[in-house]
Amino acid sequence: MAVVAENELPLAPDDDRPRTIVAPVSAGDRIFRGAVRGAGLLVLVITASILIFLAARSVPAFRSAGFGFFTTSAFNGTQFGIAAILPLGVLIAVIALVIAIPVGIATALFISEYAPPALRRPLIAATDLMAAVPSIVVALFGLYFLMPRILGFDSWLAHHLGFIPVFRVSGQNIASTYVASTFIAGVVVSVLVIPIITSLSRQVFSQAPQGEREAAYALGATRWGMIRTVVLPYGRAGMIGASMLGLGRALGETIAVSFILTPILSFTPHVVQSGGNSVTYMIATYLLDVGSLEKSALLAAAMVLFLLTLGINVVAAIVINRSRSGASAAAD
Amino acid sequence: MLTQQSRPPAAAGTPSAVAERKVRISRVTPAGAATVTAAGVSALALVWVLYERVLPFSGVLGFWVCWYLVFLLLYWVMARQQWDRRLAGDRVTTVEFGTSGTLTMLIVLGVVLFVFARGYPAVFHLNFFTQSMAFAGPLSPFNMGGVVHAIVGTVEQLAIATLISVPLAVAAALFLAEVGGRLARPVRVIVEAMTALPDIIAGVFVYVAFILTLGMQKSGLAAGIALSVNMLPIVTRASEVVLRLVPGTLREASYALGSSQWRTVWNVVLPTARSGLATAVVLGMARAIGETAPVLLVSGVTKELNFSPLHGPQMNLPLFIWDYAHIESTTAVNVTRGFGAAFVLVLVVLALFAIARRIGGSAPGQLSRGQQRRLARSAGRTSILSIIRRGAR
Repeated sequence: MAVVAENELPLAPDDDRPRTIVAPVSAGDRIFRGAVRGAGLLVLVITASILIFLAARSVPAFRSAGFGFFTTSAFNGTQFGIAAILPLGVLIAVIALVIAIPVGIATALFISEYAPPALRRPLIAATDLMAAVPSIVVALFGLYFLMPRILGFDSWLAHHLGFIPVFRVSGQNIASTYVASTFIAGVVVSVLVIPIITSLSRQVFSQAPQGEREAAYALGATRWGMIRTVVLPYGRAGMIGASMLGLGRALGETIAVSFILTPILSFTPHVVQSGGNSVTYMIATYLLDVGSLEKSALLAAAMVLFLLTLGINVVAAIVINRSRSGASAAAD
Repeated sequence: MLTQQSRPPAAAGTPSAVAERKVRISRVTPAGAATVTAAGVSALALVWVLYERVLPFSGVLGFWVCWYLVFLLLYWVMARQQWDRRLAGDRVTTVEFGTSGTLTMLIVLGVVLFVFARGYPAVFHLNFFTQSMAFAGPLSPFNMGGVVHAIVGTVEQLAIATLISVPLAVAAALFLAEVGGRLARPVRVIVEAMTALPDIIAGVFVYVAFILTLGMQKSGLAAGIALSVNMLPIVTRASEVVLRLVPGTLREASYALGSSQWRTVWNVVLPTARSGLATAVVLGMARAIGETAPVLLVSGVTKELNFSPLHGPQMNLPLFIWDYAHIESTTAVNVTRGFGAAFVLVLVVLALFAIARRIGGSAPGQLSRGQQRRLARSAGRTSILSIIRRGAR
């Protein structure tokens, strides 16, 4: 470097850098980028405006109830709060997930690891179809097919596992003690959540590295051993994300819940006892028919639900995106 | 030369027949099948004796839950008699996953068939598709009244939702896939989060923003807007996946020819992704058409045929089901009418689904084999490969 031929121009040391590439951006490109960026922004704008409109409308309710909005169970023109309806809705979602997570993940494993290749595509199509079945059709199925058939199981649970507090019921052993319960609503909602968990975790499972699978087999693992040591650790973040997205879906389910439930306004952990509630049920059933203060209260409840599910879904989306880029495998 | 090298070294004199046997990891053996069957039958017998005769249990569902648990236990015990712990665990989990998969498929099938069976009596009358419910009461026979008002409403509202959401969704997907930047990450996360948002929130939003604040009437237009809020994130996400599958080499070829980004997107990226985008749109429509909660608050309920989405309440199919099978489910006739509407709705969803699979791959973004070949061909890989092969020969 020190010796420079005299017929060449000496290079200053700071000239020895890659030149910056400047691509000329045409007017058309500028318009195009602006337009699509605007469309992208619109998604954020819609989300923000949902929040703003709900917040503006719920001011009267918060002004009237104050912090009592979060501690009151009743819901009428003068007294209202989400202390009963929000936990009851969460209870439905929890029951749905208790059923949907094992079934969904096991189905995903079955499709990605066990099903013969010829059967794989139809199975994937069937789960996609299950996700596309309208929730009102599932609600019909739940109300007219599942509910009468679950009642016997409910009575069985209450009689033989009634010593566990959640399965306890009060009342006679007749159908009306068990109909329209949180448990049945949870079962029906689980039908809507299973395809979400299945298709998301299947996508992650199918990306588990082939080399590591073969390595596990080469070390003498059985198929279950391979899944336990390769596929499940690789798909852990994906499964968590899928379950959270399922939770968001279950918390927000309206139609199936409204078909099944008979409303109650006090929280009870006895899930097989008739009666339940959720924020979505209250909105769907009462929003159009109530006075302005109660309307405001329902919209405030909607805002709380919106923030809750948005929070859950955002975390889930981040977890899933990270798992897709393989970061979870790198972390293991 | 290459093909010759990849052949097994049979010339070395060793008999290759032994080395060439394909090892199959799992296989149904008579012993395995017999064990499953035996465990199933003996569990059935045991549970029947205990459940129906000895212990004071009752209920069909409880019976099968018990049967399944006893079956798994017996299967584990029988498997341990024959195989070691690892292998037995493998067999038992295989059965567990198999039953889960079967259960899920049975649910899908059960939902569809149940609706078909219950809706059948209402659907097989021509008037079901030509009349509204204007002159039919809750006790009218099935040869009076129908769902034509709901079908008209569904078609118009879905058209409005599609017209609003698809251009925006494709543009947003182009932003995520082609332009990017610092804004892309939050937009992608929000889009993903919005796809699983409570479906009633879209309806509440339109109710608050358009009906309470702007003073709009309940109408088909409001319902279409609510559906478009639901559809937008779904189509955006699916379209982005599809756009990402367009090979980068195509874009580079276009840039190398001197075209601008806008020209590249318009002439190269969008045409290449056309079928995938169509799939995304159709799947979004299939989701939107069945949404009840968003339209529940904003479209209004009517029994009469209303062609105008701008004035007056307009029915649609999910709302019809909601109304007849839930709100007015006082008579068996009404409930069956609700099921009839569900029959039609499921058929439409199935048709949209079939169309989506027909025009592009199995899922949004997953291209069919023919499409991948076409993509590969248009990317020039096949032709370059063939040129190379020809040169080698």
